[in-house]
Amino acid sequence: MRIEKDLVAAAAAPLVLGILAEGETYGYAILKRVAELSDGRMTWTDGMLYPLLHRLERLGYVEASWVSAPTGRKRKVYTITADGRAELAERRTQWEVVSAALDRVLDTVTPVPRPAEGWA
Amino acid sequence: MRAAAGRDRATLPTGDLEEQIDAWRGYLAGARAVDATDVDELEDHLRGQITDLAAAGLSEREAFLVAVGRLGAVDEVSREFAREHSDRLWKQLVLWDEPSAGSGRAGARRRGLVRALLLAAGAALALKLPSLLGVPLGGGVDGSDDVDVMFYLLNAPALVLPFLGAYLALDRRMPWRTALGLLLVPFVVLVAVTNLYPYDALGATAVLAGIHLPVVLWTLVGVAYVGGDWRSGRRRMDFVRFTGEWAVYYVLIALGGGALTGIVVAGFAALGLDATGFVSSWLVPCGAAGAVVVAAWLVEAKQAVVENVAPVLARVFTPLATLVVLALLVATIARWDGADVDRGLLILVDVLLVLVLGLLLYVISAREPAAGPGAFDRLQLGLVASALVTDAVMLAAMLSRTAEYGLSPNKVAALGLNVVLLVNLLRAGWLQLRFLRGVERAAALERWQTAYLPVFAAWAAAVVALFGPVFGFV
Repeated sequence: MRIEKDLVAAAAAPLVLGILAEGETYGYAILKRVAELSDGRMTWTDGMLYPLLHRLERLGYVEASWVSAPTGRKRKVYTITADGRAELAERRTQWEVVSAALDRVLDTVTPVPRPAEGWA
Repeated sequence: MRAAAGRDRATLPTGDLEEQIDAWRGYLAGARAVDATDVDELEDHLRGQITDLAAAGLSEREAFLVAVGRLGAVDEVSREFAREHSDRLWKQLVLWDEPSAGSGRAGARRRGLVRALLLAAGAALALKLPSLLGVPLGGGVDGSDDVDVMFYLLNAPALVLPFLGAYLALDRRMPWRTALGLLLVPFVVLVAVTNLYPYDALGATAVLAGIHLPVVLWTLVGVAYVGGDWRSGRRRMDFVRFTGEWAVYYVLIALGGGALTGIVVAGFAALGLDATGFVSSWLVPCGAAGAVVVAAWLVEAKQAVVENVAPVLARVFTPLATLVVLALLVATIARWDGADVDRGLLILVDVLLVLVLGLLLYVISAREPAAGPGAFDRLQLGLVASALVTDAVMLAAMLSRTAEYGLSPNKVAALGLNVVLLVNLLRAGWLQLRFLRGVERAAALERWQTAYLPVFAAWAAAVVALFGPVFGFV
């Protein structure tokens, strides 16, 4: 199962903030963590993570600094800020509302195994 | 996206991993919204991915290709970067490099700026030095507003421009011997000539020398700009570009400086203090002199960052100038008998031709050498042709009068300049025509203009050096 692109995009920011709330980390490790959390089902064009991180940085939700990686190369690591944690809490409330509404409406419809063909 | 990823791959050379990563870096760095630190960050990602894939059993090359593919097509990723960093599409002038960039370049930039500021201060002080030695430049200690116009007419450029020349020569690391022979000796000779000639105070020959000396000195600035390599046509064209941008920046600085000066005067006046003496004797001259070097530093610093403005202005004004020239042509013919044909008109025609030449030169300076002729080139030919016809008609209207009244230094200077410009434009028009017909390549237009530049310098030098003795220093 693949998750729809728009849904991934909507989930991206809270997901990244959540991962950063676990501790400071860097781009490639964030993507590995996303794959781990979603059992590899949330796919992403890797390069798109960085503009998102830069946006979060501009908004003040994360802070970036350059450190020396164990390989000796320089690496940009991100840390969540207090504003970022507040934003994460806010996003969490929003997701809970959306998720609860979805749960309620999906409970009322009987699940159809596969959409019958020829309806249109 | 898959196709785009395939294209990325196609541009990558076969080679070891480091070479491939270098090539990929170069390709990515070409995207305007992706800056060097972003490339570093993405490279760290790429290497992490490659290490993991290689650990899972892929070969280095396979791992590289998969990692690049997963990172996404460069076009798409850079578009996403552009959405987040739209400011980067407006290229910014960075005075100091970002701390994350290499410290060596930042140090060089800082040294360049410090040198420019010191030399700008030097130019400002040099312009003020004579007034401290008793040559008045307004706002004197005794409250007089005297200005020794004659002295500053002949010497102001010679006081200021050496600092610009020194800035460029130091920046180009010109060897001392070259600088001495090509810059210092001609400079000293020129200054000696203008100051030792027994000119009548504010006589015609003195004024002419004052007008033409800056042109000669600017040529020496050009020699410093090209680092002594004055024979190279390409470097000469670089200096033409520099001159255009320098003029644009100087005007912008002057506008800002003018506004600030107004605030100073009005502000102190409101407080009941009269600052006009200070402004006219210190602020304006020192600012004007310092800006000469600062504008040059700005042009050098922004070279690769901002698109050249002068060629854009030249393109905007070419159609308008054509209309003006044609209107003048019609007016000259209509008022053939009644026209007040005098020195003023002759100077006007010269100014017109200088304008046309400038427009031509700056459009050529921005020309893609390989591009074929287009509609704009036809318009340029029209501009040159109408300027030539206008010039011929006005000269015809004038020559009879000149014959009547004899030749004054002013008339000879104006006529001489007219000839110099006319020769250039005739040949330029001819080349333009051949270029439009596909006989000549665009490079020939540029070569003609750069080859002709010394003629202007020679003419200006001739006016400075010869007109005084020939016309008896009147």
